[in-house]
Amino acid sequence: MRAVVSVVGKDTVGILAKVSAECAKFNANITEITQSVLSDVFAMIMIIDISKLEGNFTDLSDTLSSLGNTMGLKIHVMHEDIFNVMHHI
Amino acid sequence: MINVYDIMETIRMIQDECLDIRTITMGISLLDCIDSDIDKACEKVYNKITNCAKDLVKVGEDIEKEYGIPIINKRISVTPIALVSAACKDANPVKFAHTMDRAAKAVGVNLIGGYSALVQKGFSAGDLEFIKSIPEALSTTERVCSSVNIGSTKTGINLDACKILGEVIRECAEKTVDSDCFGAAKFVAFCNAVDDNPFMAGAFHGVGEPDVMINVGVSGPGVVRAALTKYPDADITQIADVIKKTAYKITRVGQLVGETASERLGVPFGIVDLSLAPTPAVGDSVAYILEEMGLETCGTHGTTACLALLNDAVKKGGVMACSRIGGLSGAFIPVSEDAGMIAAAECGSLKIEKLEAMTAVCSVGLDMIVIPGDTTAETIAAIIADEAAIGMVNTKTTAVRVIPAIGKKVGDVLDWGGLFGKGPVMPLNTASPAKFINRGGQIPAPLHSLKN
Repeated sequence: MRAVVSVVGKDTVGILAKVSAECAKFNANITEITQSVLSDVFAMIMIIDISKLEGNFTDLSDTLSSLGNTMGLKIHVMHEDIFNVMHHI
Repeated sequence: MINVYDIMETIRMIQDECLDIRTITMGISLLDCIDSDIDKACEKVYNKITNCAKDLVKVGEDIEKEYGIPIINKRISVTPIALVSAACKDANPVKFAHTMDRAAKAVGVNLIGGYSALVQKGFSAGDLEFIKSIPEALSTTERVCSSVNIGSTKTGINLDACKILGEVIRECAEKTVDSDCFGAAKFVAFCNAVDDNPFMAGAFHGVGEPDVMINVGVSGPGVVRAALTKYPDADITQIADVIKKTAYKITRVGQLVGETASERLGVPFGIVDLSLAPTPAVGDSVAYILEEMGLETCGTHGTTACLALLNDAVKKGGVMACSRIGGLSGAFIPVSEDAGMIAAAECGSLKIEKLEAMTAVCSVGLDMIVIPGDTTAETIAAIIADEAAIGMVNTKTTAVRVIPAIGKKVGDVLDWGGLFGKGPVMPLNTASPAKFINRGGQIPAPLHSLKN
C-alpha cells in the first residue's frame, strides 16, 4: 500500500528534511521522490510505502498538512488508490 | 505504475477545478418501524436512524482525508414516511418530521430526505393528510426534505395531486418568509421518481431497496469545463469524447469512495449517480460548460442541443467506470445553485420556457427556480403538470422545485447562501390555467407505457 505526498509552495531550506522526518515518525518508507524548483516555487511529489505505518493514516495526513501550514506550503497526502482508479482501466 | 502527470492531473482536478464527491447518502428502510401508536413508531424511527448512521459522518470524513477528495455532504434518505405514518390513524404525521430532524442532528448529517408520499395513481389511506402536513413539517424542522411523486410513465399523472401540491408549495414559502421562503426549497414534486436517488431534496429510500444501503452522487462540472477549454476548435464529436473521458475519471472516484464507505460501514453499496451537480462556486457551473461549447450565454438557441450532448456523454463515460448506476444520473440544471445559470437568468437570456425544454434532455427538471410571490397555486400546479408530462412521455424523471418569493416580484432576489445559492425572481406566463387544474382526475398513461 502506498500513498502520494504532494508539496507545493515557496522554496525554503529544509522542506525535504522536515517532510521526510514526519514520514519517518510514522514509519512511512519513502520509495520515490520527484522534485523541482522553478522561480522560487518548490514542487515535490513523494511516493511513500504505508503498509507498515505506525499510527493512523489520517493522523499522518493531518500532521503533514499542519506542517505545510507552518511553512507556508500546501501539503497533501492521498492514498494511491485514487490515482490508480482514475488513470487505469 | 503511477506517473507524475497523472498525479498532477488528479491534484489539479481536486484543488483548482472543484472535483468533489457531492454526497454519500445512506438509505435506511423504516418499514420495520411501522406502529399504530405514533410515539412508538417515532421512537423506533429515531433508534433505527441513529443506530444505522452513527458512523456515517466519521467514515465520510476519514475517506476524505485518505483520498484527499472533499465529500461535501453526508446525508440520509428513508422510506417514504407516508407509508410509515399510514398506520397511525388520526395522528399528526409532523411528529415523524421532528423525529427525523432530531435523528439527523444526532448523527451530524446536514439533510435527511424521505418526508415523502407516492401518489402517482391516487391517494391511499392517510396520503392526503400527510401531503397537507408538508408545509408545517418543513417550516418547523431544519434538515428535513420532502418529495411527492405525482406521476409516472406507467400510471399517468395524478392531476388532483398536482393541484394540492400547488397549494402546498405556496404554503411552504409563506410559512418561511423570514428565511427567504426556504421551506419551498426543501420540497420537490416528481414524475417517475427513482428509489435510489442520493441527491436532495428528492432523496427517499424506495420500498424495493435493501434494509440499509450506501449510494453516492459524484460531481465535477468544473473539471469538464476545464477539459473543454483545451479544445477550443474541436468539432462537436470530439467534444463529446472529451466529456466521456472526463466523466469516466470523475465516476471512478465515486465508485472508489462508495466501495470504501460501504466496506467500512458494513452496509451494501448501492449505486453511483453519474451526475454533474453544480454549486454556486466560481468554476463549478454546468452553464459554463454549455457556454464553453460555443454559446454566448446559456439559455440562447442551441442550449438544449448542447445540454443533450453533455447529458448523454456524461452517462456514456460513467457507465464503464462503475459497477452499478442509478439515481438520477445526468447533468443537473438548478438555477440558484449554478453561477452561470444565475448570470444567464439575471441578464434575461435564460427563461423558464427554455429551462422547461432543457428538462426534456437533462437529468431531472425545473430545479431551484424562484418565481414571483403572487404566482397562484393553480399556476404552480400547472408547472408541475407540464413537467410531469415531459417526464411521463419521455420515460424519464422530471421534477419541480420552484420557490415562490412571497412579497417579491421579477427583478428581486432570494439569497440563501451556501450550496443553495441565490436566485433572481423569474417571470412566468400570467394567463390562468385554473380551469384545467380544477378539472382534477388522472391524465392517462401514454400508449408506450404498454410494453408487455
